[in-house]
Amino acid sequence: MARNVLVVGELDGGEVDSTTAELLAAGSRVADGGSVSVTLLGSQAGAAAASAFAAGAQRAFVGADGAYDEFRPDQWTQAVSASVEQSSAEVVLMAQSSVGRDLGPRLAFGLDSAVAMDCIAVADDGGTLTVTRPCYGGNANATYSFATSPAIATVRAKSQDPLPPQAGASGETVELPAAGESRSTIAGRELAVAEGLQLQEAPIVVSGGRGLGGPEGFEMMEEFAATIGRDKAAVGASRAACDLGWYPVSQQVGLTGKVVTPDLYVAIAISGASQHMAGCSGSKTIIAVNRDPDANIFNASRWGIVGDYKDVVPALIEALKE
Amino acid sequence: MHFVVCAKQIPDPETPPSAFKIDESKNEVVPAPGISPVLSQFDAIAAEAALRIKEASGDAKITVVSLGQESAQAAIKQVLAMGADEGLLLDDPAFLGGDSYATARTLAAAVEKLGDVDAVFCGRQAADWDMGQVGLGVATLLGWPAAIIAKDVQIADGQMTAQRVMPDGFETVQMPLPAVVTVSNELGDPRYPKLQQIMQAARKTVTKWGAADLDLDPSTVGAAGSRLKLERLFIPQVSGEVELIEGDTAQEQAAGLVAKLREAKIL
Ligand SMILES: Cc1cc2nc3c(=O)[nH]c(=O)nc-3n(C[C@H](O)[C@H](O)[C@H](O)COP(=O)(O)OP(=O)(O)OC[C@H]3O[C@@H](n4cnc5c(N)ncnc54)[C@H](O)[C@@H]3O)c2cc1C
Ligand SMILES: Nc1ncnc2c1ncn2[C@@H]1O[C@H](COP(=O)(O)O)[C@@H](O)[C@H]1O
Repeated sequence: MARNVLVVGELDGGEVDSTTAELLAAGSRVADGGSVSVTLLGSQAGAAAASAFAAGAQRAFVGADGAYDEFRPDQWTQAVSASVEQSSAEVVLMAQSSVGRDLGPRLAFGLDSAVAMDCIAVADDGGTLTVTRPCYGGNANATYSFATSPAIATVRAKSQDPLPPQAGASGETVELPAAGESRSTIAGRELAVAEGLQLQEAPIVVSGGRGLGGPEGFEMMEEFAATIGRDKAAVGASRAACDLGWYPVSQQVGLTGKVVTPDLYVAIAISGASQHMAGCSGSKTIIAVNRDPDANIFNASRWGIVGDYKDVVPALIEALKE
Repeated sequence: MHFVVCAKQIPDPETPPSAFKIDESKNEVVPAPGISPVLSQFDAIAAEAALRIKEASGDAKITVVSLGQESAQAAIKQVLAMGADEGLLLDDPAFLGGDSYATARTLAAAVEKLGDVDAVFCGRQAADWDMGQVGLGVATLLGWPAAIIAKDVQIADGQMTAQRVMPDGFETVQMPLPAVVTVSNELGDPRYPKLQQIMQAARKTVTKWGAADLDLDPSTVGAAGSRLKLERLFIPQVSGEVELIEGDTAQEQAAGLVAKLREAKIL
């Protein structure tokens, strides 16, 4: 059944970001002959339209007002609602990002419809649109259909494959009005300057947990990662370790931290609670070091070592140097 | 000032994965034997945020509201023991089986009926369905501004100031009251009630409202009013068997593991 799809884009400089490309691919798949539109907001939005067309969009709703460069929920909700209306969208997809978490529910309740958050699958199930999302801390998956329209979903990054880019693809551009009123103001921002390899980009992630026993354990994790290579491995942490102040919250992996999908995930002294696995189960290979042979982390691992990390990790560092 | 804390009772999210079971014929989680339901963790932190402001300002009333069945009294009592002033249970057969929309609609109706509420505090997400939308739903239905995933909340001079957690730091946002905020664990641990507070809370009566008290048409709440239809609830497959690397010493084990990784061209 043909359905019109709208994707809420997010920008990375003058292009749509990789998650937007993934959403456009998922959108094209479920549109089934319906239209695929994208909303692009911010001073670079006009320039980014070309990259959206190359990723599968047929039409771009562009709000080039610089006020959109910062996410103010009221302004973004108005702009996206207007695009939903103009595109007669029956399906709206956006990322489960800082923007999507805030925009999705506002849009759904504002349009008198519904949103499913943090979806990992969007499908056409015999004519019915369904979405699947993890719940119960990652212990279960739930598949939903929608009783109202538009069906809105925030979608987890890297859960969808992008289309092969169609260089030179073009589409229609529709201008959106300047940003409207915002009841909230952004009074300040403190962002850590991202240095070196980012957790979510790293091909290898070495994470430490409460079993490290203290912040010194993370010095060992950093040495371990450096031995693998600073351009390859980044250090992550469980929430228990972050809550104890042993490592920055920005490095937390899991349901309420970051979702990583590296080629190799190394879990050191982490029990493997479902909420932690929610952030790393998409890794290609998981390996674990834990002194408890029954630790849940081994259920998700390809290889493991049962032992005290204080013995095993220095030995791994030595073995890597050989 | 009058604050509302929205508190949900949920199956214990720290239930070991081996004890987590689903009845696929009913699309329901089977309660793990011997593990009691708990107050959703982020809701205790939302209560902590409201209590800190109450203490700093000296004059605020906190009402804790839960949509649930009789057992949810325990979640309400826990927040009362932390220091909230009044408890309100939204309990009606018509409320059963509701999705985020139906829940937000019911909670918003309760806030409206309370009348003089300045701020609503929710958890960033309920740790059962992990949805993370009811707070914004309540805000949108009431027409109030909102901030989500806060690690700090201040209220002064008719404004709410919240520090919203971002992937690499935080953003400070300000908005006029009345407003809604959803709170994250970065705010800090919730307080432990003292024994005396637990006993006092046990004696407090909790007000109960149903659909009629809230002037809600039963067809707009609970399962009947839900917009997300749960088609299937299942436990995802985890792939593969672990191979534990044996060895007499850590050195042997480590060398064995590194050899496997190199053989598989992962390192
Ligand atoms: C709603 C909600 C959201 C959550 N979100 C997240 C999240 O985003 N990320 C997250 O990580 N958690 C999250 N959690 C918490 C999660 O449930 C677990 O409590 C947490 O992941 C446990 O961290 P851990 O494995 O480091 O600690 P523990 O569970 O305490 O495990 C420590 C492990 O270290 C091992 N160990 C101890 N000493 C040694 C040693 N010397 N050598 C080797 N091994 C050793 C132990 O055998 C044990 O397996 C969340 C929980 C809830 C309820
Ligand atoms: N049944 C409920 N009773 C009271 N508050 C709730 C209920 N469901 C959700 N909430 C509130 O809304 C927040 C987010 O829930 P959710 O959108 O379901 O993840 C929770 O942390 C609670 O503060």
